[in-house]
Amino acid sequence: MSTDNAAQGGPVLRLSGITKRFGALTANDDISFELVRGEVVALLGENGAGKTTLMNILFGHYTADEGSVEVFGKTLPPGHPGAALKAGVGMVHQHFTLAGHLTVLENILLGTEPLWKPMLGRRAAREKVAKLSRDFGLAVHPDAPVSTLSVGERQRVEILKALYRDARILILDEPTAVLTPQETDALFETMRKAVAKGLSVIFISHKLHEVMTISSRVLVLRHGKLVGSMTTAETDRHGLAHMMVGAEIEAPDPSGARPGAVLLSLDAVSTPADGSRTGLDGVTLNLKAGQITGLAGVSGNGQGALAALLSGLVTPSDGTMSLAGEPVGPWSPRKALKAGIGRIPEDRHTTGTIADFTLTENAVLENYNLPPVSRRGWMDWRAAEAQALEIIDTHDVRCPGPDTRIRLLSGGNMQKLILGRVLENGPKIILANQPVRGLDIGAVTYVQERLIAARDAGAAVLLISEDLDEIIALSDVIRVISEGRLSPEFARGSKTPAELGQWMAGQGYDNAA
Amino acid sequence: MSEIVDILISASFWAAVLRIASPLIFATMGELICERAGILNLGIEGIMVAGAFAGWMAVYSGAGLWWGVGVALLVGMGFGLLHAVFTVVFSLSQHVVGLGITLLATSSSYYAYRLSLPEVTSPPRIEPFQPLHIPGLSDIPFIGEALFSQTALTYLAFGVVALTALTLYRTPLGLAVRAAGENPSAVEAQGLSVAAVRIGAVVAGSGLMAVGGAFLTMSAFSSFFFEMINGRGWIAIALVVFGAWSPWKALLGALLFAAFDALQVRLQQTALGAEIPYQVFLMIPFILSILALVLMSRRANVPAALMVPYNRGER
Amino acid sequence: MRLEAIARPSPLRRFGPPVFALALTFIIGGLLALAAGADPFATFGLILKGAAGSKFALLETLNRATPLIFTGLAVAVAFRAKLWNIGAEAQLYAGALATVIVGTKLGLPGPVLIPLMALAAIAAGALVLLGPVLLKTRLGVDEVVTTLLFNFIMLLFVSMLLEGPLKDPMGMGWPKSEPIPRGARLPRLVEGLRLHWGFGLAILSAVAVWVLQARTTLGYEIRAVGQNAEAAAFAGVPVGRVMVKTALISGGLAALAGFSEVAGLRGNLTLDVSPGFGYTGIIVAMLALLHPLGVIATALFVAGIFVGADSMSRAADVPTYIADILVAVALLCMVLALAFTRFRMVRG
Repeated sequence: MSTDNAAQGGPVLRLSGITKRFGALTANDDISFELVRGEVVALLGENGAGKTTLMNILFGHYTADEGSVEVFGKTLPPGHPGAALKAGVGMVHQHFTLAGHLTVLENILLGTEPLWKPMLGRRAAREKVAKLSRDFGLAVHPDAPVSTLSVGERQRVEILKALYRDARILILDEPTAVLTPQETDALFETMRKAVAKGLSVIFISHKLHEVMTISSRVLVLRHGKLVGSMTTAETDRHGLAHMMVGAEIEAPDPSGARPGAVLLSLDAVSTPADGSRTGLDGVTLNLKAGQITGLAGVSGNGQGALAALLSGLVTPSDGTMSLAGEPVGPWSPRKALKAGIGRIPEDRHTTGTIADFTLTENAVLENYNLPPVSRRGWMDWRAAEAQALEIIDTHDVRCPGPDTRIRLLSGGNMQKLILGRVLENGPKIILANQPVRGLDIGAVTYVQERLIAARDAGAAVLLISEDLDEIIALSDVIRVISEGRLSPEFARGSKTPAELGQWMAGQGYDNAA
Repeated sequence: MSEIVDILISASFWAAVLRIASPLIFATMGELICERAGILNLGIEGIMVAGAFAGWMAVYSGAGLWWGVGVALLVGMGFGLLHAVFTVVFSLSQHVVGLGITLLATSSSYYAYRLSLPEVTSPPRIEPFQPLHIPGLSDIPFIGEALFSQTALTYLAFGVVALTALTLYRTPLGLAVRAAGENPSAVEAQGLSVAAVRIGAVVAGSGLMAVGGAFLTMSAFSSFFFEMINGRGWIAIALVVFGAWSPWKALLGALLFAAFDALQVRLQQTALGAEIPYQVFLMIPFILSILALVLMSRRANVPAALMVPYNRGER
Repeated sequence: MRLEAIARPSPLRRFGPPVFALALTFIIGGLLALAAGADPFATFGLILKGAAGSKFALLETLNRATPLIFTGLAVAVAFRAKLWNIGAEAQLYAGALATVIVGTKLGLPGPVLIPLMALAAIAAGALVLLGPVLLKTRLGVDEVVTTLLFNFIMLLFVSMLLEGPLKDPMGMGWPKSEPIPRGARLPRLVEGLRLHWGFGLAILSAVAVWVLQARTTLGYEIRAVGQNAEAAAFAGVPVGRVMVKTALISGGLAALAGFSEVAGLRGNLTLDVSPGFGYTGIIVAMLALLHPLGVIATALFVAGIFVGADSMSRAADVPTYIADILVAVALLCMVLALAFTRFRMVRG
């Protein structure tokens, strides 16, 4: 039987010589490691190091070009999640694989019964899910449609999906990116329970303090290669950081803020909910020149609404929005741009760029209708290209040329083009919505440095991020958002992450003004 | 006004409603299954033509009526497979492929018809399905004539609705189809093949569409003539939206629509019909369909992944 | 198995698949001819002769291509904005109606009537498409089915008018309109040839659309909205207004097909003024990859097949529907071939 091998002390999982290429890019380069029963191994690396690719190969979403995967001593047929699932591998994806209109129970049941079976076994499933919920500390409502669940609840469903299928190896891909500190603690508790029951866990992350807390062993990936493998006891955060990046990283220095006048203020502003997106609820916010205001919060609590408001996509249904003291009239993205608001959107692929447009065409996306790019309805493509070249030059956007389709660029270079497009306009207010999500460390540092420089030049920056560490590191003042309400303003260093976590979880708003 | 009441209280009116609704029910269920899996099938109009022709041709060539239905089913499934390969395997535009298939299926049917029957002046007829007498039910006064004097295909249509609802909501297969239309990556992550589920759904749905077409040539009328589908396929697409992608609600929509259509035909015979040009009456079904779409424009129930092609492992 | 995008396709990959698609179309055509008991090569020879084998044939092809260029452009403009205008047929008939009403009911001199008819046609076609587009932008109603259904409604409407107020009193009872006065007919392109200025207007329209797309601000906006409406809206592009402008241009172009047929070719309006030009325009546009100048080429190609098939089937026993099948197959093959140009199938 499959578990005999593990009982004898053999590895539950062995990856041998895994190599995977995407065109010219080698995402995984000859990676080998083993996993034994009952351990938590952290797979560490910056964005783009190849962690998710490796796990996707293990789970069967991709086929490796070279190498093999053995689970409980048996080689896994490549390219089939079905095979991995049958062998006892379960994966909690970074971007949840849940069907919104279906219930929790239906999502868990999906694919677990043969398609020719005439009836879904709902009752038996319900009992099993209830038992797993109790055993692992994962409370869910089985009949709730997934679209009504919070991010934390959805993750519990994802974990239950794996446990329901009797996973012996659990892969968690960046699970804490979207959780409050308290939810992270609850997750770690679940992981400990799993390990106590004999499961093995692979925990993918780029957050060093979590890796040090929860793992017994660490594997470090860099540029597709395995550059470090040790027990957690043998290393520390500094050493891990060094291995992740291969050099000393200079974190940007955010000190030296000189706050000035209020450039944008919201006074008891509310916006209506939009489908499943939470609206703003009586929000009062002042963005000062020369200051970075960080907005912390669990994804889905109104950040989208605030970003849409500042971007010009929605108008307040209640309250007033003012720019430099003047209440704002009719509002639209063009008006926002004219008012000097620079917007870095949350998703560079769906909202920030048009994938099959060239760099030139993307560079002028926000000012294509103004001179010099266009006059009286006619486009001046030479002026447009000049603008694109200016951005490419100033911000070191690596590309074959301005006529390349932007979909061929890496995420970091795409973001640099967007940043350049924003900064070239000399904005007074900058909305930076998840500006470094998914970027490699070089791009992350660059973007953060540019935002700090813009602040020093007098811009008011609103930084929205799911990453609490990033907010704490960069912000001069912090506001927390929960269910569309804002916490009071917290100055840099005045609140611990745990205290911020409580605000993120929704505690304290009723007492606040 | 009294003319309308007169029409509504006649049993023959309700019998006509069921008869007119039958091809729509098949076609709507077929399209619903495709769209629930995430694929818009604009080949529906052409597939109905092909089903109408193929079934009729089989019977004209000597096969039994149910064999004819079987042939129509297979022909529909064939075109469905073509559609699915293009849209699911190669991720081509569902709009373009669907319209191309409508054109291909329609023109091949007309070509084959002309080849088989080169110089006919009036379309040849076959012996169509006869009304099926159900002991007991068919003998009830009024209701017997209104509801239970239909051909077997009509009863089958209602059965298909029940089967579709049952399958979609109570079986693992139906769950997989629904999930494929909501979030294909959820399906893939649970070890199922999105492509297989979508292809299966489109093939099955297209088969049903063809049977809907065959109803016209083998049950309602008894011959095949050009332009006989006359937009029923497009109306079925509107009915899927009107029914919020739910089989029972779509059935209701089909019956409602058939009622208006039956009413429109009968009104042409009344005094009203003498004053208003007949074209206005004929426009009513199409205008109603547009209204149905407008009414249901909130569309909260749209399968979230409808028309979003799924490319395995896309980075 | 999955599809992987190819960054820079080699010349073989760029031209091989389309050539193969064309070849496959002809092979299938040959099989169809065989099924009819005819010799494939002879059949194709007859089609070719019927399309371009004589001055008469060539002119017939050019005449048939004229409305196809207009509807092809209409569809190409709309599809580029991801506006699925399947209603070019209705817009064509609206244009034809407007042309006939202005041409026969206003007692103005010929040279004044011609531009008036054209403008009326454009307005009518634009209005017809505007309805479904407003339903889309304001209420989120999908325009595919609404434009499609409208084709049926419009045809019935025209039929109603032709049997009623527009009926030609001299027409011996047939549902057709009065003829447009001689002076208001579109003049011949070249003296003595049966080719009217509609063809010239079509070519000019294609060039105008090309300039619009490549060089104007509106062209940029249309492309942006068509490729990613969300990103365009975020950047400040007025998506709703762009859609409306697209609808006006697209509807107007399709309507010009009706204007051209009535004022150029036929001189009056009957129910069969369009044997499906609106639908065929979709094929023409797709085969041309939505490129306005390409539309001229594909319209000529498609027109040639239809004209040639008409002529061929008078001489042989192959039904004319072979043309429709060929065109449908060409479309599907070409669309598939394009996928091979841009993507490759990769294991895992």
